[in-house]
Amino acid sequence: MKALKLTNRSNLILATLLVTAGIFNTSCTKEENKSPEIAKAQTPQSEEIKIGLVGSLTGGQASFGQSTQKGAEFAVNEINNGGGVAGKKLKLISLDDQGKPEEAATVVTRLISQDKVTAILGEVASSISLAMAPIAQKNKIPMITPSSTNPKVTEIGDFIFRVCFIDPFQGSVMAKFATEDLKIKKVAVLTDVKNDYSVGLAQFFKDKFTSLGGKIVVEQSYSAGDMDFKSQLTSIKAKNPDAIYVPGYYTEVALIARQAKGLGLNVPLMGGDGWDSPKLQEIGGKAIEGSYFSSHYSAEDKSPIVQEFIEKFKKTYGIVPDALTALGYDAVKVLVEAMKRTDNLDTTKIRNEIASTKNYQGVTGLITIDEKRNPVKSAVVLKVVSTGFKYQTTVNP
Amino acid sequence: MSEFLQHVINGVSLGSIYALIALGYTMVFGILGLINFAHGEVYMLGAFSGYYFSRWFHLQESSSPSGLFLVLALSMATSGLAGFIIERLAYRPLRQSPRINLLITAVGVSLFLQFSGQVIFGADPQSFPQIYQPAEQWNFGDISINPLQATVLGISIGLMALLQFIIYFTRFGRAMRAVSFDHNLASLMGIPTNQIISFTFVLGSALAGAAGVLVGLIYPRIEPLMGVMPGLKAFVSAVLGGIGSIVGAVVGAITLGLAEEFLVGYWKPSYRDALAFAVLILILLFKPTGLFGKKTSEKV
Repeated sequence: MKALKLTNRSNLILATLLVTAGIFNTSCTKEENKSPEIAKAQTPQSEEIKIGLVGSLTGGQASFGQSTQKGAEFAVNEINNGGGVAGKKLKLISLDDQGKPEEAATVVTRLISQDKVTAILGEVASSISLAMAPIAQKNKIPMITPSSTNPKVTEIGDFIFRVCFIDPFQGSVMAKFATEDLKIKKVAVLTDVKNDYSVGLAQFFKDKFTSLGGKIVVEQSYSAGDMDFKSQLTSIKAKNPDAIYVPGYYTEVALIARQAKGLGLNVPLMGGDGWDSPKLQEIGGKAIEGSYFSSHYSAEDKSPIVQEFIEKFKKTYGIVPDALTALGYDAVKVLVEAMKRTDNLDTTKIRNEIASTKNYQGVTGLITIDEKRNPVKSAVVLKVVSTGFKYQTTVNP
Repeated sequence: MSEFLQHVINGVSLGSIYALIALGYTMVFGILGLINFAHGEVYMLGAFSGYYFSRWFHLQESSSPSGLFLVLALSMATSGLAGFIIERLAYRPLRQSPRINLLITAVGVSLFLQFSGQVIFGADPQSFPQIYQPAEQWNFGDISINPLQATVLGISIGLMALLQFIIYFTRFGRAMRAVSFDHNLASLMGIPTNQIISFTFVLGSALAGAAGVLVGLIYPRIEPLMGVMPGLKAFVSAVLGGIGSIVGAVVGAITLGLAEEFLVGYWKPSYRDALAFAVLILILLFKPTGLFGKKTSEKV
């Protein structure tokens, strides 16, 4: 090994090129242009009504996609057992996007052009919904995202809806909770810069928190997929914050919590609905306990509609549904209610009916779609404790 | 000041992980002139075998490192075996072909392992069992050292010392050095070249496996694609240090670890991954032999 042979320089350079190619091949997006004729060619006379679902069933955020799918599947079965819509059964076609926007764009094109779906559900991640929405819009297929909270998603076009609250509200919920309930003055913010959701939510939190008199002492960032956050946390620790706002996804948040404790940074973390996954505690262990996040619903909610849903769901799947499952369920329900109000299941008519959804009592709250195609809903704040997520408070818009 | 020292400690601990992986790259390059791109995946296999062994033995969270050593030894053996099989099936049949064929095969093996990993282990992240969890933090004023980090650093240094011993003070090591000079000449001297090459792969892969387990302990989120980035960064470390040089790989890795840490701590965290590749490009442009590489003239 003493012989340090670098005999072939070109070999190394070639290797470098290969490496670079390997990195970038994941980020090329294949833009597929399909004409709106495809949608028109669709015949509503088919035996069943097909609904497409795009979700990250595998990949880094697999628990998001799987939870949503379970909720949607549960709703579809319930509706089919009750006779379906206009005498037709619903058929849910779930496709995996591996948590990648470019994959979601391909998959949604397939759902529209090959499977000829009537409506599309998905995604959880705002970055991915943003990649899907233009395709649904162009083909005039209504799309409901169960849980993408970034405002930009529904701004894409008039066929794009959601059944969850949006981030300006979610950010202000946590800011209010931190100021009023936790009496916190100094907060550090740690954002995932690769993630539209995280960047947006951090901004809305900062705006509200500073307007309430709080101070953002330091802002740091990371990229989804990172493993090591000690250097950001070391810089944060030097500024002595009372809490850290981390509006990221559970995969990174769990590691951040561990490393913060490892550096002796014993302040609570705060975050948004991207934390809502059982894996958060599995990976984060004790380090994540005592932290707070905002979400869409709490399984501890005593209202009969929630408890009935949980009970029925538990009978089928054996687990307590999380927020994303509940939203997946509500998304299907809102869609089906709209379908029932149309006479021929024309996609434009379905769109109009979704847009006029008013006071629909979903599991995650009362849903009224506003003129920007967003519902106005309340949020809950949950605390991570050893037994799971404990309900703290409900904040109304 | 204490913030600065904390950054140094973090950087060295990150660098020592890169070093364990970089050693495998550099050893294989020293012997075969091949950049084994599947090396990051061997590291991933090490982490997953650690995960399955810990669960198989029902190891619980404990403050004694005995369980860790058991899992470490078994995972090193498993990833060593993986390295052996990869060399035997994918690289040896191509030994006489142009090097570019080997390189492309290496990329192929890497992708094959990444995606079969997703099929076999499942694509969502798993949480690595905390088989060794020291009771408390060590605090020196404002500086915190996680004993786990210190243990990992200690194990890394121990393994590197062992490697250095094997290479310079054993018959196998001497044979390895001979093979790295010239395959044909070495085999004329009665050195079983094939065995030595296999042994090199086993050794390098075992180190990567150890890195996998140690990373699983510090960052308990493991997934089939976890080898991609650390693998590339370890490759950059090896090039930075002078690929083929053992000392160079370690120095390159620690340098990269510290550079990343300071970049994130004092400047823009989003440039973290860009830094590694900027370093790679600069090194290839201005000093392609790396910090510790020897210049050799191209034979025509």
